[in-house]
Amino acid sequence: MESVGRVEAAAEQLARDAGLKEDEIFRVTMAVHEAVVNAVLHGNAYDPDKRIHAVLERTTEALIFKICDQGNGLKPQEIPDPLAAENLLRGTGRGIFLIRSLMDEVNFRQLEPGTEITLIKHLNSTKPAA
Amino acid sequence: MSLKLSSRVVDGVSILDLSGRITLGEGSVQLREAIRDLGSKGVKSILLNLGDVNYIDSSGIGELVSAFTSIKNQGGELKLLNLNKKIYDLLQITKLYTVFDVKEDEATAIASFPK
Repeated sequence: MESVGRVEAAAEQLARDAGLKEDEIFRVTMAVHEAVVNAVLHGNAYDPDKRIHAVLERTTEALIFKICDQGNGLKPQEIPDPLAAENLLRGTGRGIFLIRSLMDEVNFRQLEPGTEITLIKHLNSTKPAA
Repeated sequence: MSLKLSSRVVDGVSILDLSGRITLGEGSVQLREAIRDLGSKGVKSILLNLGDVNYIDSSGIGELVSAFTSIKNQGGELKLLNLNKKIYDLLQITKLYTVFDVKEDEATAIASFPK
């Protein structure tokens, strides 16, 4: 899990350097944290032989974070809705939902093997708190 | 900073003062063990003071939910105290604000537990 802290810290610095407000920095940092945790925990299933690849990029228009794992793949459409009454009191299953809530855009791409998740925070917009 | 946790009892209510992070591998397990310990002692009234928790992730949120349901299933009550804006927003996003009984001051929280 050491990689989670490293990527999270880099994401926070990138958001800070881009001039985001504190609450936006928190949202970006948390979304990246959740994405890397998912990659390590659910993607690579803690397999020490599998790697996480993270690319953090700042353009004039957005912050872009790409996190890749080497797992068996993720089907985001099959993830249960954590807001559904039957899932509300579950102890797990909120990670992807939170990522989507905290970022402006979230995209998934299947790799061979693994999953790439792309998180985008537009620099000219502020997503209001849900 | 990982999670720091201390406990005290006021008017029959067990208060856990938490500070630091409640995340996967950094606090979630400590919180789970503290709740399990209180539950095993038959404690029915638990107040989690989150005033100094500066970071929580989905795993930490899940741990709060598990603590809530665990104590409820034992016939007790678990309430939250002193949410900062970050945690408040996360509980709103996840609709858990409607699940937890959230209090803003300790005296009111303690008085709200059954005697």
